[in-house]
Amino acid sequence: MSQFKYALFTGCTAKQSTPELLSSTLAVAEKLGIEITILEEASCCGASHLQDFDEFLAHVLNARNICYAEKHGLTMITICNTCQLNSQMTKHALDSNPDLKARVNEKLAEVGLEYKGTSEIKHFLYALIDDYGLDAIKDKVVTPLSRFNIAPFYGCHNIRPSELHEHSNGGENPYVPTSLDRLIEALEGHPVDYSSKNKCCGFHVELQANHTSEVLTGNALIDAIDNNADMMVTPCPLCHLKMDTYQDSVGKVMGRDIEIPVLHMPQMVALALGASEEEIGLKFHVQKAKDIYKQATA
Amino acid sequence: MHNSETRKVTIKAFRFNAETDYLPYTKQYEMEVGKDDLVLDLMNRIKWEHDGSFSYRRSCRHGICGACGIKVNGKPVLACKQNAIELLDMFNNDITLEPQSKKRAIKDMIIDKGDFWQKHAEVQPYVVADIDPHPAHETKQSVAQFNAMLDSDLCIQCGSCHYACPALEANPDFLGPAALTAAYRFTIDTRDNAGEERLKLTAQPGVGVWDCVKCFECAQACPKEINPIEKITKLHNMQFEQGIAERNVATKHAEGFLRGMKKTGYLDEADIVLYSEGILGMHKHLKTAMKMMKSGKIHWHSGVPFINSIPEIKNLDEVQKLIEISQTNKL
Repeated sequence: MSQFKYALFTGCTAKQSTPELLSSTLAVAEKLGIEITILEEASCCGASHLQDFDEFLAHVLNARNICYAEKHGLTMITICNTCQLNSQMTKHALDSNPDLKARVNEKLAEVGLEYKGTSEIKHFLYALIDDYGLDAIKDKVVTPLSRFNIAPFYGCHNIRPSELHEHSNGGENPYVPTSLDRLIEALEGHPVDYSSKNKCCGFHVELQANHTSEVLTGNALIDAIDNNADMMVTPCPLCHLKMDTYQDSVGKVMGRDIEIPVLHMPQMVALALGASEEEIGLKFHVQKAKDIYKQATA
Repeated sequence: MHNSETRKVTIKAFRFNAETDYLPYTKQYEMEVGKDDLVLDLMNRIKWEHDGSFSYRRSCRHGICGACGIKVNGKPVLACKQNAIELLDMFNNDITLEPQSKKRAIKDMIIDKGDFWQKHAEVQPYVVADIDPHPAHETKQSVAQFNAMLDSDLCIQCGSCHYACPALEANPDFLGPAALTAAYRFTIDTRDNAGEERLKLTAQPGVGVWDCVKCFECAQACPKEINPIEKITKLHNMQFEQGIAERNVATKHAEGFLRGMKKTGYLDEADIVLYSEGILGMHKHLKTAMKMMKSGKIHWHSGVPFINSIPEIKNLDEVQKLIEISQTNKL
């Protein structure tokens, strides 16, 4: 039995537009001997939008998801920064406000559940780094990423607000984040240092403030390209979707061609650990990324 | 750890005089930094011991006046509150003092904060009420009423959040986190009569809360720990509670999450775009949708794209029931 056991909250995108995120996550877990129980009962986290409509309802639904991790007696891991933020915000709100917790539990009781606050919530990135350990990961690398310059893109919701995350993200400093850089190094890739690594990708206003969204994405992509990155890597599928899918339209807004593959963090790890091409799923990218597998394994 | 001793370091500072310089430049200053030194002490040392022309705003020295907000290596700080050694540790002894917004620099750390004050004024940052000049009794506030406005009332208008906000940089019409926090502060005040007006302003597309990109830079930047984005979320909710929210792409996007969740438990990625934008608005997304379909990002478990394309969570009935009994707002 593995000493590393987690309940996985997949989120919506891993079940829909980014199947490669789920398959590469499971491949990494298998390669490292991490035991994963998928929370098939878990619903959408509200993605920081449902909260804007009805904050209480969002707390109730997020608390329900956490209940299922608690039932297994496991830490809940997330593979999306926004799932991490919203679940953690609900946990924090309920754990620090007995009155709110009681009101939420009153609703949960109607479906036979109770939120207790016994499960921690952690992004898979930090489970890998802080629980499993970079040295242990380094030992399992079969395909070193030494030919790649990799630009880490942290994504807002794993690092800000630091007060909320510091217990689950190893005290990552949002102004000087290092976890992804260190992970890239452990896989023998070359982390690209660029100032947009901890900035916003603009995903959340894609529909209602499209220009803002495109400019923010463009700033980040161009910064990575101009600092000689071969690819970007992010722990957040929403950052991935925005930065991978919209490079054409963003290029028009920014007035220049933009072409750079954007990998999910688990895809990068799966690649280095020798997972199959199918599991890594680079074919699901809009911006051509399939060559990375060939180059890495050549 | 160096914390207990004095450290000899080179501090860099952004220098620029809009009246005489074509371009800004960076100057270096060697100095000893002690464990209790604040960034303000560093700036004073530059001015008093190195170059009397170095300019910055300062007044209270107690984290109250909000004058000395600057950035250090991109991190917003209140100079009179931020310990210098802490920053040197954070940035490996290599720090550059910068104004909050380089493009607004007038002289060194001093910027033209006009846009900040203009937006602040737009939200009517005061209690709007007909005041009886000779009231028979005071207008009492309960503890709960006071607590609702408490932390937002602690804002010192330092501009740390405002100039950390990337949405404002991309869209100069956006009110930004400081003005929106002030809008919340006075709208929640039971003595105030301009709440509806303020909520309407903050509901405006391109101007109000719906342009917030949710990056949490403001929450991270605030030296008074006010958490502006939390106030922005409250304003979002108040727009629905008070019936101010109009049906538009942003409000439908927020409310529309429930459509997919009732059906499968998950957000329906395709439906949310269609529902929020409307049929006529979909043309903008066709190219992207085609690309996503080509790369396999849009599924068709049922054989037809968009139809029953999403798996269903276990115990979906619980989510349906919880939505039914817990939903408090309507669009």
